[in-house]
Amino acid sequence: MDFLRPASWEEALAAKAAHPTAVPIAGGTDVMVEINFDHRRPEYLLDLNRIGELGDWEVGEESVRLGASVPYTAIMDHLRGELPGLALASHTVASPQIRNRGGVGGNLGTASPAGDAHPALLAAGAEVEAESVRGSRLIPIDDFYTGVKRNALAPDELIRAVHIKKAAGPQQYSKVGTRNAMVIAVCAFGLALHPDTRTVRTGIGSAAPTPVRARAAEDFLNAALEEGGFWDNGKIITPSVAKQFAELCSGACNPIDDVRGTASYRRHAVGVMARRTLTWTWESYRGTDGTAQQKGRVA
Amino acid sequence: MTTDTTAATATGTRGPVTASAPVGTPTKVTQGAGTKGGIGESTLRPDGTLKVTGEFAYSSDMWHEDMLWGQILRSPVAHARILSIDTGEALATPGVYAVLTYDDLPTAVKNYGLEIQDTPVLAHGRVRHHGEPVAIVAADHPETARRAAAKIKVEYRELPVVTDEASATAPGAPLLHEDRDDHHIGHVSHPNIVHRQPIVRGDVEAARRRADHIVEGEYTFGMQDQAFLGPESGLAVPAEDGGVDLYVATQWLHSDLRQIAPVLGLPEDKVRMTLSGVGGAFGGREDLSMQIHACLLALRTGKPVKIVYNRFESFFGHVHRHPAKLHYEHGATKDGKLTHMKCRIVLDGGAYASASPAVVGNAASLAVGPYVLEDVDIEAIALYSNNPPCGAMRGFGAVQACFAYEAQMDKLADAVGMDRVEFRQLNAMSQGTLMPTGQRVDSPAPVAELLRRVKAMPMPPEQQWLAAGEQADVRQLPGGLSNTTHGEGVVRGVGYAVGIKNVGFSEGFDDYSTARVRMEVVGGEPVATVHTAMAEVGQGGVTVHAQIARTELGVAQVTIQPADTQVGSAGSTSASRQTYVTGGAVKNACELVREQVLEIGRRRFGTYHPAWATAELLLEGGKVVTDGGEVLADLVDVLEDEAVEVEEEWRHRPTEAFDLRTGQGNGHVQYSFAAHRAVVEVDTELGLVKVVELACAQDVGKALNPLSVIGQIQGGTTQGLGIAVMEEIIVDPKTAKVRNPSFTDYLIPTILDTPTIPVDVLELADDHAPYGLRGIGEAPTLSSTPAVLAAIRNATGLDLNRTPVRPEHLTNQS
Repeated sequence: MDFLRPASWEEALAAKAAHPTAVPIAGGTDVMVEINFDHRRPEYLLDLNRIGELGDWEVGEESVRLGASVPYTAIMDHLRGELPGLALASHTVASPQIRNRGGVGGNLGTASPAGDAHPALLAAGAEVEAESVRGSRLIPIDDFYTGVKRNALAPDELIRAVHIKKAAGPQQYSKVGTRNAMVIAVCAFGLALHPDTRTVRTGIGSAAPTPVRARAAEDFLNAALEEGGFWDNGKIITPSVAKQFAELCSGACNPIDDVRGTASYRRHAVGVMARRTLTWTWESYRGTDGTAQQKGRVA
Repeated sequence: MTTDTTAATATGTRGPVTASAPVGTPTKVTQGAGTKGGIGESTLRPDGTLKVTGEFAYSSDMWHEDMLWGQILRSPVAHARILSIDTGEALATPGVYAVLTYDDLPTAVKNYGLEIQDTPVLAHGRVRHHGEPVAIVAADHPETARRAAAKIKVEYRELPVVTDEASATAPGAPLLHEDRDDHHIGHVSHPNIVHRQPIVRGDVEAARRRADHIVEGEYTFGMQDQAFLGPESGLAVPAEDGGVDLYVATQWLHSDLRQIAPVLGLPEDKVRMTLSGVGGAFGGREDLSMQIHACLLALRTGKPVKIVYNRFESFFGHVHRHPAKLHYEHGATKDGKLTHMKCRIVLDGGAYASASPAVVGNAASLAVGPYVLEDVDIEAIALYSNNPPCGAMRGFGAVQACFAYEAQMDKLADAVGMDRVEFRQLNAMSQGTLMPTGQRVDSPAPVAELLRRVKAMPMPPEQQWLAAGEQADVRQLPGGLSNTTHGEGVVRGVGYAVGIKNVGFSEGFDDYSTARVRMEVVGGEPVATVHTAMAEVGQGGVTVHAQIARTELGVAQVTIQPADTQVGSAGSTSASRQTYVTGGAVKNACELVREQVLEIGRRRFGTYHPAWATAELLLEGGKVVTDGGEVLADLVDVLEDEAVEVEEEWRHRPTEAFDLRTGQGNGHVQYSFAAHRAVVEVDTELGLVKVVELACAQDVGKALNPLSVIGQIQGGTTQGLGIAVMEEIIVDPKTAKVRNPSFTDYLIPTILDTPTIPVDVLELADDHAPYGLRGIGEAPTLSSTPAVLAAIRNATGLDLNRTPVRPEHLTNQS
């Protein structure tokens, strides 16, 4: 196994072009586990740790450009206001040690359906900045996940950053695991209200071959909110609306039975999380001037 | 006694004073009463700081110049014929020094085992469980060894698997061991049953007719792993005399030695074993793991060989806790008195016997729990199957039974219409109660009192997640930082349980320990040296032995020698026995040393003071003193350049085997009791559980080191919580393969899953034991699990007859 250590982004792109099978490594919290257990033995490892800019983020007018290697800890500490859903998701990632090393770029690169960031990215709306020696492109998050642990990157492309829409309304994130910390998701759910566009977006993790949105549930809720004038009158969402939204979210799942949980439980739990996160976000929206005040206090 | 023997407790509550001098009598000095750092003090562990700062050398940290790395090739299937093994390509790999299979074993002894020698060192023509060792490799780099092992070509022809009682005893079932000649084969009904222990007493049918309420239950207990953090590891160094020096993390050096030496064809004195840093054990190091493999490779290559399992391999490298199916029937009168009990306990021992026979004996003899029951019909068996081998784990057969009988007690109390704690107290055993084995409980058995104490502890506040302000503190809620509830669907539940565990090896086993104690003057100070073969696996023996030596010899300086086989056996660090038995041996050896020291004193100084001949003499503060407190001589002057050394074996009271038909016999040495109250919050919609508090009360007889005692109780409590809500090795019932051999999917409690554990320690002396102490390590693991399950049942109203309980069980989505 060769270890490639580019000193700059351009060198990294050149290396990836020369060795398309090279596996990029930054925090190493996923890749190193695979290597240690001999589950995977890539021909080349492409170490991105010398490229400082990957650890930077910029807060723009519309979105946050989050460098691929920004650790989860930094998202929790610095971007809670702009990216509340992703900050909550970051909090559920493994342990403090792992959160100090791992970042969203790795989650996207691996594209595991159990990756904690995905439901938050799907709900917020995001674009993945992919680049190769051929040029740069922005891949909408909705098109990014193409199969179990597969993504839309070309073999010569690297993830440089993720552009995530800044929260215009409340966002929530819930994850079920069979332990109260340091656990891989049995299933997860992200929800973002977008009062600026009068839409809601969802994200479901670990309950289908890829992270998915519950589009039918979103369409139903968008219509129900619009029809009742809820965005303006700030009325309480009726239990029947919440219930149907939850059922549609369950219906968006295509889960399996495995050692972490049954398919039936996953569908059930996604429904419960959908209903609860809808209540939390909507209560937050109507209880305030529309800013994204989060109800769940996290340390 | 002038000292208050009450231990400090975590809650600040205090146990009863077991003895105190009458007020106004003159103070009589007793041995050790004035010694600093003696028994009863919370002296600190000598290795504590090193472990916390990461500097402690564990067995996996060892290194030797010119060392090779060993690697084991394991079976990828649970049951198969081995048609061929081709080691050619592996041997041809550069850097590989040896590849060994069954055919390379040097002597006629090719199996090992704790009681029954049924476990092949390397598979011979057949593998019986997933992960069974087939071949071993030594190479100059661990990676090379791993790669070479992968190049060994093994041709398997898979065989049908036996995975439960039905498939094990079905007509034509494959036999795990066709040619059994062990001493259990004569009394089992099928060769796939390792051992069977019935216990019958009284007249169950007559008693059953007196019952106003009869409650039946079928319970399932999952396979728990010890999950010690230091994986199996050791270093074998070939010696010039043809022998081998083996440095290894184990629980019982001499038991290892007895099994290793015959396979190597070496006399026991040529296999010199030294304990290296042990990272936890909990029963999982009672059986051999890499010991013989490392020695074989070292002797073959003439080079030191180190073997370290990774976590994946560790899940295959040691036995687990027996999963069990338990069927119970209890009856009670309308007044709440137990009438009878019938039970059948089926333990799955997996492919090899390991400790299964003894686990069966424990499960059967402790199947009634700490209750008065005169009419019982009990049967416990262990199966041979193609599941992973199971053996010793903290609680050892008593854990599975406690889970079931405590669920039964709740059901019975409800049927009678009594408070669940009062029902237990009404039926609780006490000193003098006859066990179903006919053995009389001849030391304190404060079962009702322990229950009273846990019930009397203050309850944790309701809705603690709101304590910090308006917003929910999700850390206090089920799901924790995963942010699944802000209080929705959360219901509190409370549950109680109490258990009984035997201490020490039972059923007639010659359960002795050896201690060597030396006293001499070093650097102008009297120093005691304690040498035993006791495996320190975290239980705190190294702390307690020094305390005993200080108390008995009145010295400040005590050196604890590394454990090795240059001294006699100390028995196993298991069965809650080490403080009792090796502690007893150290005490005994110290007393013999003290007598010899006083004899020297009398010889040298006897003529100077009449008290040498007439008074009771003690060693205190480095001096010889009378029991009135008068100083007769400094130990430095008594000993001069003489050293006093004693090595002695020490035994507790003998026990008897259980009768094979009736189960009668004085089989146990001592009993240990703990009670728990669990308080849980359950998210009833998502099926997630937060254990808020696990209060424990335990009788420890005498707390030699109160801090260690509380640590053991809290650790045992947490391990019991693990099997209640998350820990389980999941074995595919179709293939008998392990599905979750990693810490990603075998979950153990983190600090966020660990509740507050207030501990109330009682000290009711057992007069048969050194200092009145009681073995403590296992009892808290028993009652913790059923208390948590009872609390979850209380919160959800569900029946819950299996453990661990998972979210899908609590939401009807399994």
